[in-house]
Amino acid sequence: MAVLVVADNDNAHLRDTTHKTVTAALALSSDVDVLVLGQGADAVAAAAGKIDGVRKVILAESADLGHGIAEAICDTIVGLAGGYDAVLVPATSAGKNFAPRVAARLDASPISDVIEVVSSDTFVRPIYAGNALETVQTADKTKVLTVRPTAFKAAGEGGSAAVEKVAGASASKTRFQSEEMVKSDRPELTAAKIVVSGGRAMGSAEEFQKVIEPLADKLGAAVGASRAAVDAGYAPNDYQVGQTGKVVAPALYIAIGISGAIQHLAGMKDSKVIVAINKDADAPIFQVADYGIVGDYKTVVPELMAALG
Amino acid sequence: MKVLVPVKRVIDYNVKARVKPDQSGVDLANVKMSMNPFCEIAVEEAVRLKEKGVATEVVIVSIGPAQAQETIRTALAMGGDRGILIQSDTDVEPLAVAKLLAAVAKEEGADVVLMGKQAIDGDNNAVGQMLSTLLDWPQATFASKVEIGGGKAVVTREVDGGLQVLEVDLPAVITADLRLNEPRYASLPNIMKAKKKEIAAKTTADYGVDVAPRLKVLKVSEPAKRSAGVKVENAAELVTKLKTEAGVL
Repeated sequence: MAVLVVADNDNAHLRDTTHKTVTAALALSSDVDVLVLGQGADAVAAAAGKIDGVRKVILAESADLGHGIAEAICDTIVGLAGGYDAVLVPATSAGKNFAPRVAARLDASPISDVIEVVSSDTFVRPIYAGNALETVQTADKTKVLTVRPTAFKAAGEGGSAAVEKVAGASASKTRFQSEEMVKSDRPELTAAKIVVSGGRAMGSAEEFQKVIEPLADKLGAAVGASRAAVDAGYAPNDYQVGQTGKVVAPALYIAIGISGAIQHLAGMKDSKVIVAINKDADAPIFQVADYGIVGDYKTVVPELMAALG
Repeated sequence: MKVLVPVKRVIDYNVKARVKPDQSGVDLANVKMSMNPFCEIAVEEAVRLKEKGVATEVVIVSIGPAQAQETIRTALAMGGDRGILIQSDTDVEPLAVAKLLAAVAKEEGADVVLMGKQAIDGDNNAVGQMLSTLLDWPQATFASKVEIGGGKAVVTREVDGGLQVLEVDLPAVITADLRLNEPRYASLPNIMKAKKKEIAAKTTADYGVDVAPRLKVLKVSEPAKRSAGVKVENAAELVTKLKTEAGVL
């Protein structure tokens, strides 16, 4: 069987979520191709060719692909799918946007957020905000999976797969208008080694920026937030860690003023080390934290800044 | 302009799901059930479109057990005009849900399907995208702002690393993200009024859709538990432990 991995990229850079998805793909088959979709994405295709275990790289380009338009992505993938037994997509916002479309076109039942490959037709995925794990078996001719990157190790780089170009599709009923990307020198949330997250206890967007961001910068960390903090407008949705936001698994996760709702825990409980700072000693976050400090963040965070030197 | 809003009855947002001891699934007996939070946001947006005079009718549809009627009533109390319950006592997978919704959207002549991006039980985040492709309509998922006019929708979407604005031709499928709006609480008079609104009773067979599951659930298990660690006295002790004991700094 052959597997097609769809690369996660921004036309200029290949994200390591792709390497992680390749690892999942190699558990299915040794014939793994990577599809790079974009515009002016030659560098991305070249980078994808270096991933260990990749047989070949397919590069499809069009303006709509460069903007990540789902209809164009779907048409391009469906055009290639005949040669594959499975299509694997990193479970990012971009991946989730088009993978189910591809499945519907192939009349397949998509399997979302795979965290373990049991065999070539059997997969484990979290349901109910990660409170249960479902093992499912599929008989679909072409399997369509999104893969949770944090559950797989990144494949190494040492390969030299060739790049083949194919025509990229366009969308007729959807037009890109604009985008506004958050400019930040901080590491990307899902790839960061350290994440500092703030919760509703911050009380305002100003306080969130004053407390959470300097600590994150001191640690070279990414900034996260609970859904409660996002709902209250203290932090952008892009920061949201949890079932309805991003799933992270850094080496160190610091939760500040976060009570630990089920939906938040689902997004961070696979972190290696969890630190919780909360003034409520009974907050559920302490049940998953390796180290807890019961205290007001207003005094603990400045002390922490000082202790870090 | 007619808006179709699919809603799902799921375990309440604040209830922790528990796995059945025989690993056959999640125990939903005597558990509080509510409307999926993302569906609530979609209903709210549709009702606001009606209040602004953009939408003329808001039709609520749900696929689920008889009790899903309560979920439809909740949406009608928020301002939906009428409901459709496609009764099914077994779990329907996203692909079959999308096929049923495609049939309803065509039958109703909907101009927009506005729905939640994800249900918090299966966590698939799939139906909107699948529905869009089955209907060959454009999609705008994870919406945080929707403006409709002139046969088009301009949708601001939550994407990795920021926001994207797309213009799509109608009819289209739009899926709601968290920040699209804050759903209202239904007032008592509106709850009373909703009791008189029509809910059409249908079955999956009425739409000629094969709802047999494609995926075989081999087991549902409990994830590995994380045990609570230690409480430390102060920040200095924390930093020491992170450096020496945990080795993460």
